[in-house]
Amino acid sequence: MTAREEVLGRIRAANAAAGHPPPPDVPRDYHRTGSHPAGAPELLALLRDRLVDYKATVLDAAADGVAEAVQIALTEVTGPVVVPPGLPAGWWPDGLAATRVTDDGLSPADLDATAAVLTGCAAACAVTGTIALDGSPDQGRRAITLVPDVHVCVVRAEQVVETVPESSPRWIRRARSRSSADRRPRATSSWSGWRACTARAR
Amino acid sequence: MTTFLGVPAPRGVGHLRGEHSFPDAARGALADSQLRRNLGHATHTIRGKRASVVGELDDWEQLRLAGSALKAATMARLDEHLERLEREVTARGGTVHWARDANEANAIVTRLVQETGETEVVKVKSMATQEIGLNEALETAGIEAHETDLAELIVQLGGDLPSHILVPAIHRNRAEIREIFLREMPGVDPELTAEPRRLAMAARAHLRERFLRAKVAISGANFAVADTGTLLVVESEGNGRMCLTLPETLITVMGIEKVVPTWQDLEVFLQLLPRSSTGERMNPYTSAWTGVTPGDGPQTFHLVLLDNGRTAALADELGRSALHCIKCSACLNVCPVYERTGGHAYGSVYPGPIGAVLSPQLTGVEDNASLPYASTLCGACFDACPVRIDIPSLLVKLRARHVDEQRARTVPSAEAIAMAAASWVMSSPARFAAAEKVSRAGRLLGRRTGGIAALPPPLSAWTASRDAPRPPAETFREWWARERGGAS
Repeated sequence: MTAREEVLGRIRAANAAAGHPPPPDVPRDYHRTGSHPAGAPELLALLRDRLVDYKATVLDAAADGVAEAVQIALTEVTGPVVVPPGLPAGWWPDGLAATRVTDDGLSPADLDATAAVLTGCAAACAVTGTIALDGSPDQGRRAITLVPDVHVCVVRAEQVVETVPESSPRWIRRARSRSSADRRPRATSSWSGWRACTARAR
Repeated sequence: MTTFLGVPAPRGVGHLRGEHSFPDAARGALADSQLRRNLGHATHTIRGKRASVVGELDDWEQLRLAGSALKAATMARLDEHLERLEREVTARGGTVHWARDANEANAIVTRLVQETGETEVVKVKSMATQEIGLNEALETAGIEAHETDLAELIVQLGGDLPSHILVPAIHRNRAEIREIFLREMPGVDPELTAEPRRLAMAARAHLRERFLRAKVAISGANFAVADTGTLLVVESEGNGRMCLTLPETLITVMGIEKVVPTWQDLEVFLQLLPRSSTGERMNPYTSAWTGVTPGDGPQTFHLVLLDNGRTAALADELGRSALHCIKCSACLNVCPVYERTGGHAYGSVYPGPIGAVLSPQLTGVEDNASLPYASTLCGACFDACPVRIDIPSLLVKLRARHVDEQRARTVPSAEAIAMAAASWVMSSPARFAAAEKVSRAGRLLGRRTGGIAALPPPLSAWTASRDAPRPPAETFREWWARERGGAS
């Protein structure tokens, strides 16, 4: 018998020995939604509070002022800044002295030589102060947001939800589609101990 | 038809059994005042943080009920969920392996590492790999495993064993950690101070180069979502995410009880776990991956599904709920026994209240017979448990099972003889009255403190680890006769 057959057989025998306990109904009467819709000013204020608590810097930006905010966020960064291949047009500040490196499969050593990374995100949860990334083109590979010391992450107001149950479907979305090989969920929270900046488009 | 009693985790491998019984191991720990100070400080700090963030949620009890029901529902169909998980992981480019026990899991992982041609691996902190003694097995095969979690690194460099599920080096204070780093970390700054930030920076410098060059990583898993084939690791330091992202090959060892049926179930557990374990609203890093993503992260992914006694626990009608544990360690932090003895006294990598019910079920009660008694049954663990495991009831049940197994032996134990004698005395009013009078002789002891610290043998076995109260000057019956004059 293979280990697979044996372990599955043991599970069935164990459930039989325990008298086949029926699966109970799962009560889902915990809060599935918060009190505010995505992007509400109260949520933006709460998220800011939580991120500052994690020692992140938070900057506000109008929809057409992202590049300006990114420039401020990257003021003290002197080394190269890596960006994902799908960085939205208008986010990169033209006046920035730092070199822009578009990720094309940089090695860990290459990434180690970069000073910062600029991406978007998939969602943000205000109650927990968590920012989720799912590998979409504006976020890129997981490695590029991991190795550089500074991560400038643009969070759109409508991406900010209140509770965990509202945020988790937003970063699984891409896993549910089976059509494309690169649709995999991945997520990150904020960055304890490392310098991080968040620009927010309204 | 014979009843299925399960196959316990094998002896001679892994870290589920201690060399000494709990009372013997605890004696040494209790005599170590530095250890008690470290533990008292750490458990009280985490306890306070947990209470504060749990208090923020007015639906905490509903979340606990949902978590408990989710786990029970998963166990009832565990075979189906694991088959689904296997199908989804395989469809997305991962390879699934099944391991009956620690030896088999160690052999699989060793072979997988050898096939890459590498002789060193980086590790994400994982209870499952501690449980099976994977590092030792790899070392025997000439493979060096580098722990990357700060506390796990401290344990590894110190040649030590973990003493807490979440904070394996909780028994060390910062001065001791500095000593270990100075002694064991190549190229460390000799001016290193015991400031936590400096210690963390030293560890980060030590590890960063390893992350960047590592070709193989080994992890555990906090959750595996059956319907998407997604694995999750939650952590605080980002070291796990480094290991899960930069190497070419990832090998994940996961206990079969970690599967959850759907992605939606995570909305419950991702609230319960961080608030219960580190006292945070969300753990700083949550990494999720599904099979292999071309061009992003490890390009080879192996998932090893581990039994190692779990099905033996599952066969027990009540005991199976110990498998609901999400390894948050809240029960350790609130336990008055753990707080004083620390984790090493339990002998298993799963210490504290949950360890006292889980370890004996994984190994068979007789291999961890003293653990069900390592509790005052105060119930704090049940209140703290995010999935409502009724640990005190399970402990009582395991004690009963131990007594039954002892009774089956030909030579009765001293405890069984004492209980039989007590039963004979207490079943007759005359014998009981006579015994009460005799007990008054005990008033010769404990005159000064009101308690008796040491009784003569054979009763000394009782007072070896506790005080006995000094018998009263008058028995209840005498008091009743005096006050009520024999009237009924």
